[in-house]
Amino acid sequence: MRKIFSRAIEKVSNENEKIVFITGDLGYNALENVQESMKNRFINAGVAEQNMVGMAAGMAYKGYKVFCYSIAPFIVYRCLEQTRNDVCFHDLPVFLVGNGGGYGYGIMGATHHAIEDIACLSPLPNMTCWIPAFADDVEYCIREIVKNNKPAYLRLGLGNPYPDKALQISTVNHVIVSKQPKITLIALGPIVQNAIEAVKELDCVDIFTILKVPVAEISGELEQSISKTGNVIVLEEHVQRGGLGEQLLMKMVESGVRFHNFKSLHAKGYPTQLYGNQKYYQEISGIDAKSIALVIDEIIQNF
Amino acid sequence: MKNSGEIQKQLRTRILELSHQANSGHIGGALSCIDLLISILVYNKNEEEDFILSKGHAALALYVCLNYSGEIPDSELLSFYKNGTQLPAHPAANKYKGIPFALGSLGHGLSIATGIAQANKIQASGNHTFVLLSDGDTNEGTTWEAAHFAVNNQLDRLIVVIDKNSIQGFGNSSDILGDTANAGTWISIGFDVFEIDGHDIELINGTIQKCRILLNGKPKVLIANTTKGKGVSYMEKRMEWHYLPMTEEQYTQALQDINKLYHA
Repeated sequence: MRKIFSRAIEKVSNENEKIVFITGDLGYNALENVQESMKNRFINAGVAEQNMVGMAAGMAYKGYKVFCYSIAPFIVYRCLEQTRNDVCFHDLPVFLVGNGGGYGYGIMGATHHAIEDIACLSPLPNMTCWIPAFADDVEYCIREIVKNNKPAYLRLGLGNPYPDKALQISTVNHVIVSKQPKITLIALGPIVQNAIEAVKELDCVDIFTILKVPVAEISGELEQSISKTGNVIVLEEHVQRGGLGEQLLMKMVESGVRFHNFKSLHAKGYPTQLYGNQKYYQEISGIDAKSIALVIDEIIQNF
Repeated sequence: MKNSGEIQKQLRTRILELSHQANSGHIGGALSCIDLLISILVYNKNEEEDFILSKGHAALALYVCLNYSGEIPDSELLSFYKNGTQLPAHPAANKYKGIPFALGSLGHGLSIATGIAQANKIQASGNHTFVLLSDGDTNEGTTWEAAHFAVNNQLDRLIVVIDKNSIQGFGNSSDILGDTANAGTWISIGFDVFEIDGHDIELINGTIQKCRILLNGKPKVLIANTTKGKGVSYMEKRMEWHYLPMTEEQYTQALQDINKLYHA
């Protein structure tokens, strides 16, 4: 999604001169076009993420809408206090962009992964986390973030194309519509691709993506699907605590959405203390296509 | 306008009254920086310019200055430290223009001020940005991240002021990390450095005015040597006055000391 992101930022920042872009010394072979087109509104703050976010708050206070870009763990964890105190307390338009959310940086190692990012950021006051699932979601998320003019986090990952290109993108998307749904699967981010692969021989799983956390409400097609199937699977490349599953479950119970079975498929961290690529971690966590298919199969058997 | 001695006396007395009434601490650090704040806020900063109090624990010194300038009404000032106040022990934002950011965790102020100065630069504004740091602020790594950025981006309208009372949370600066607010470090990074007596209002004013016209591509730092608890005999240079509230006897003594200091 990096290049898609870069093209979208170039476009959106050309339309709005109040947009500033700060990078924490990253963007090789991805942000050169942004650097060129934004001129003095493009700033390299060096390998100094805390200062980058503190400065962004100062610039936002003076009227700018400020994107801060780095690898996901660096923009989330290193400067969490700046995000909370300087940005969120004052409801300032500072937009954190984390590339490689989840296990995206694979063999680069655990320091480069962000599997607790939503848990860290989504409880902060005024903060909204945006998690595009497909390439086409990226520009939609950027435009929503700029329009909302509030603290935001954009978690970037792999940019697959939509299975149904005609889809009207919103914060909740019904990406696979089955004729006789027995299961409602809700995915966070590009990991949805594994679910799509898992159900390609089936026609009984409704697949949704949620692009915005905290989840506002459960309504429309999502609510109807859950009411019909009663079987809910949440799939995310994020730890269980504070992730989409936990937040969604609370929302479902609070809103009285009826269901009888809830399964959370999530990142398990580093249980083997062995390292590999993104797919390797997905397999270990049971969030790869094969593992998802097994879970679906088991639910269908008991349906 | 009153002469500076009268303002110094009035605002020191106000700090003592309010902290006594609230039974609050952080008196030593408020008294060490009040003269710097008077110089910046009463004599130097214009309305469009921004001031950031990085050493948020000296909030009371900021509150009495904003009360003096008319921004914080007397009724609000009397609510300091009480339940339901807009004026807690560390500044909370979103109410007064003079308090744009919630501060209290050290090491945030210079980054914010640098961002403001950078925004002003992009907008080609002639406004200066002021920020007040403590010794503790210069322990924090973020301060140095911001310092390098400010130099490399030639933010010469950024005026950093350090309230260097040389005493921190649990010891003397020299015994903790050493003198992290030393002039040599700032010079080597590329700041214009001015070492001054941080209680001499005329000197502070003169130095700030000098900084204003020195548009040479370099950010400025005033390393202001100060005395923690300045003006109250038993508080001066004593670490415990970072924390302690005053007893009745101590309060009476403190007021007497301030009266004496400005009648001498």
